[in-house]
Amino acid sequence: MVDGEPADWNTALDLVARRFNETIAAHGPDSVAFYVSGQLLTEDYYVANKLMKGFIGSANIDTNSRLCMASSVAGHTRAFGEDIVPCCYEDLDEADLVVLVGSNAAWCHPILFRRLTDARERRGTKIVAIDPRRTATAADADLFLQLNPGTDVELFNGLLANLAGTPSLDSDYIDQFTTGFHETLEQARTDAPDIRTIAEICGLRQDDVRTFFELFAKTERTVTIYSQGVNQSSRGTDKVNAIINCHLATGRIGRPGTGPFSFTGQPNAMGGREVGGLSNQLAAHMDFTPENIDRVRRFWGAPRVAGRPGLKAVDLFSAVGEKRIKAIWVMGTNPAASLPDGNSVRMALKNCDFVVVSDCVADTDTGRLADVLLPAAGWGEKDGTVTNSERRISRQRAFMPLPQEAQPDWWIVTEIARRMGFADAFAYRRPSEIFREHAALSTFENNDSRVFDLGGLAGFDDRQYDLLPPIQWPVPIGEQSGKARIFADRKFPTPDGRARFVATPYRGPANATDDSAPLVLNTGRMRDQWHTMTRTGEVPRLMSQAPEPLLDIHPSDAARFGIADGGIAEISSSWGRAIARVRHTTDQKPGQAFLPMHWTDNLSARGTPGRVVNPACDAVSGQPELKHTPARVTPLNIRWEGVLLSHVRFRPRGLTHWSRSAVTGGYAYRLAGEEPIGEGILLGLSLMKERKDALDIHDKRRGIFRAASFDAGGVLTECLLVAPPGELPDTAWLAELFGSGSPVPAADRLLVLAARPVAASAGEGRIVCSCFGVGETRIARAIGDGARDTCALGRLLRCGTNCGSCLPELRDLISREAGHIPATPFDSAPGGKDPLACTI
Amino acid sequence: MIRERLLVVGNGMAGIRAIEEVLARAPGRYDIAVFGAEPHPAYSRIMLSPMLAGEKRFDEIVTHDRAWYEANGIALHTGVRVTAIHRDARIVVTGDGRSFAYDRLILATGSEPAPLPVPGSELPGVMTFRNAGDVEAMLRQTRDGARAVVIGGGLLGLEAAYGLKQRGMGVTVVHLMPHLMERQLDREAASLLQRELEARGIEVVCSARTAGISGTRQVRGVELADGRHLPADLVVVAIGVRPDIALAREAGLVTARGVVVDGAMRTSDPHIFAAGECAEHDGVCHGLIAPLYDMAKILAATLAGETASYAPLPTATRLKVSGIELFSAGDFSHDEGCEDIILRDPRRGAYRRLVLKNGRLIGAVLYGETSDGAFFFDLIQSGADTASMRDVLIFGRALCEAA
Repeated sequence: MVDGEPADWNTALDLVARRFNETIAAHGPDSVAFYVSGQLLTEDYYVANKLMKGFIGSANIDTNSRLCMASSVAGHTRAFGEDIVPCCYEDLDEADLVVLVGSNAAWCHPILFRRLTDARERRGTKIVAIDPRRTATAADADLFLQLNPGTDVELFNGLLANLAGTPSLDSDYIDQFTTGFHETLEQARTDAPDIRTIAEICGLRQDDVRTFFELFAKTERTVTIYSQGVNQSSRGTDKVNAIINCHLATGRIGRPGTGPFSFTGQPNAMGGREVGGLSNQLAAHMDFTPENIDRVRRFWGAPRVAGRPGLKAVDLFSAVGEKRIKAIWVMGTNPAASLPDGNSVRMALKNCDFVVVSDCVADTDTGRLADVLLPAAGWGEKDGTVTNSERRISRQRAFMPLPQEAQPDWWIVTEIARRMGFADAFAYRRPSEIFREHAALSTFENNDSRVFDLGGLAGFDDRQYDLLPPIQWPVPIGEQSGKARIFADRKFPTPDGRARFVATPYRGPANATDDSAPLVLNTGRMRDQWHTMTRTGEVPRLMSQAPEPLLDIHPSDAARFGIADGGIAEISSSWGRAIARVRHTTDQKPGQAFLPMHWTDNLSARGTPGRVVNPACDAVSGQPELKHTPARVTPLNIRWEGVLLSHVRFRPRGLTHWSRSAVTGGYAYRLAGEEPIGEGILLGLSLMKERKDALDIHDKRRGIFRAASFDAGGVLTECLLVAPPGELPDTAWLAELFGSGSPVPAADRLLVLAARPVAASAGEGRIVCSCFGVGETRIARAIGDGARDTCALGRLLRCGTNCGSCLPELRDLISREAGHIPATPFDSAPGGKDPLACTI
Repeated sequence: MIRERLLVVGNGMAGIRAIEEVLARAPGRYDIAVFGAEPHPAYSRIMLSPMLAGEKRFDEIVTHDRAWYEANGIALHTGVRVTAIHRDARIVVTGDGRSFAYDRLILATGSEPAPLPVPGSELPGVMTFRNAGDVEAMLRQTRDGARAVVIGGGLLGLEAAYGLKQRGMGVTVVHLMPHLMERQLDREAASLLQRELEARGIEVVCSARTAGISGTRQVRGVELADGRHLPADLVVVAIGVRPDIALAREAGLVTARGVVVDGAMRTSDPHIFAAGECAEHDGVCHGLIAPLYDMAKILAATLAGETASYAPLPTATRLKVSGIELFSAGDFSHDEGCEDIILRDPRRGAYRRLVLKNGRLIGAVLYGETSDGAFFFDLIQSGADTASMRDVLIFGRALCEAA
């Protein structure tokens, strides 16, 4: 699409190449930028990086990994000299203690979390969760430290200071293989002189802090997992180093069951880091030293290699807003929705001279701002490689044909590069050619100076590439088996070969709360959703767990700000505002609110958290502080609410609040407004496409209105329900009927608007297990019939027996329905029964 | 022992019902005679519409044949009109000059059609729809392609229109009010009904005042006040009924719109009782079958020496037009404090309206699908508090009982 009109590939590619060349000619290489994605394959990433850094001559290529892994990259680089994850997944099996910091792995990495809980079954692994929120992971942990947001550095400084007084401190290791320990310990002791101070700053009980420190000190095989709670912080890099410091101090790194372990957020975040897709990397784990620049220039035969780091995501879009960047190409990501200070980002893209978006999804918040929209292949249609959190490179093979005119990203980039005049350097015909070049660059003049080395794969022919089994780098020349753990040899890729302790003075988040913004807004994932829901949002089963934007707050805050459970509220900051339904939960500490990261303008009137989130960034990594924004919450004077079930996908206009979620057979729209209910009914009706012949009921005094349309065969095709706030019925049964496509017998037609089956026991209810589509009603019945653990539920209904991410909720349901608590309490023998651990 | 003489004037549905009740409550106590102006034994007046439509034959709507009267020892005088009551002597005089003495007298004279006060209403071919004779007269006039105009879009008029249509006539209904059956239906239900009738080829003209009936020796058409002329070979006037109280008034009984009765169905003369459409209780004359039966029951109890008092209940109506389901019960005039719950299904021509007052159901209109009529009628009659089932009330019995 060019300017909203369909165009053929040649026209679109020529236009993009011409506009980029013209912009570069007029304003220099730094006037253009790429913003790419951890969902590109390594080969896509490689050619995009090569084009920008080697041929356009700017390093203005950044990636959504900046929002995700940048602090880990920076922390690793500071400590080890290179962005290295030393661990492998087997370490989860081998550890006796696993500390999860800022990681809701139970939801975000359910397969790994299962692996961990399975290991606990076998060996009694202790699990400690450290998080400001009581997440599903926290609920399943043996010890949960619900620390104040942003105080991780204080806690790990305290841990380091505490370890220094215990036999667990590995002085030999410190002396022989590290530098900087004493300054770092001094700093830690200054920040964390005693347990009381730590507990106070972190908002923890002293006993819990002591228990954690003792557990860590006495457990040799300790793995510390960290994820977005650590990374997405203005102190993210320091948090990473504070954690690594503790592992270096105990020598717990590079050995089975030990190490600091960063869990990545995206399928190919690691691959992007390998090729150098972040603007402060050059390529293949090389930074912008003169030697590296020269080396890459020679390898690529590049006319003008970027000589210095480019702009990081937040600054890059500021530059777009300031017109310093005049042309930008966004690949496979949705910055309009995902970046902080979203209003400014949207404005920047809107006013930018030339915006290209390539995506496998046509309709995104960013795509709507594009001058040129290019259809890119989706993951199941692509061919290439990805690398996971344990450095394991896997081939990704297409299992779906390319739909219509879609093309893989590497092809699109290559075609543009050729049209920009770089045909010789972008002569690729297939991904294998790119991979070989990528592997060759990694080993080019390496001489053990960079751990990242794929020399052993550089000579693979197409067949070998096709058959490549999953393999963990490094794979230097002469090797083909990969390496599970790094630093077993205690050699680090720093100039002196030693790991570096990094002093991490504790400082709070960038922006503090005050009277006008008394709450901390945290953001994060929902169980079944991915990023801005452009794909998972279209899957009814996945949408059923949390079908609308929910703002979680503690009941005491809700009381303070006068916000009812289930009411609609606005959350606002100095940067912008969002609207969501409020859920009271004691999983939040008082003073903190939580908004899912996923909602966009595409799916809601104003559910996008990015508009509210502050653009403060980590000074080292440039990663934005997505999990800490001072904000205030105010109730909206909602006078009516509605639900519309429709086959049609659209964005309602003129409503205070709406959100859309995919349901089987169409979409459910949740509506709300501040108008009198009579107007709300008219607004709702205006959204119905087939209202003329609709069946409706109207209880005027109570403001209850419901309408339904049927096709000639009696199949429910559209349904609207409007009621005063809080009085809408449960629509699960209606949605089931809507999705079933089965005709409604004439006799039952009127009953449809009752929104429930005549037999009260029928129906699935809200879906709990997304894998098998098992709903709350059926689960509750099974529990009522005697199922007393998740094992029994799994046998009966299959729920929880696949990915397992619903297991915490299944346990909650058992305890709620049966008054029986199936959890695994701290210090008890491992005995939690989960379906995969039992015979089904 | 000499039995008391009980005379019943009127062999319609109220009269025969009263006799049945007396037989049940005071068997053997009365010597009963009944006078019917029509030549038939008792038949069901409410089945005249199906008879007109050709869906029933007369013998199928007879409820009590002559053998029944005989078997119960009742003297049946058909085709005999009672013309006077001499209360002092306690005798009645019939049109053929005979006198009959009574100890107790029941007046069940029913109603007569309200006349249309316009020029031409006496023309041959202008008819009413009240009894079997009217149906027979209409049937003599019907022929394919002939045109009928029915004046009055109430229950009876519409049933007449449907019947004539079924007999092959072109039919137009002329109604004074803006919508059909305004006493039983609201505007929406009425428009559904109108659409349905129109779909069956019956023309409906609402808000139309009849100015006159044209024709010289035979009716030729209906003139509307707005100047329209509707050609007609047959005109049926069905603009309402009025209680037939001539006999009672002549006899000096207290009458108003009807023969005034007390709760025991007694008129101002302690030996004379009244029941059915001719009776006025508490200022109200009732025209439907249920109150009529209730009155008969009370009257019989009184005659049996029991103490009983009539308490009118809300009434329900069904339109007897094949394929049109219409049920109406209770009150749905728009009073202060009334709340509506409305369900509409225009495509299938279904409609429901419930009227609540103070949490109680006081009225219901069901159109298109009336199987819950009895359920709502029960709720109206019992006056039960419906607050707990309000969310599902409109959906009827199945969901209310699950609630």
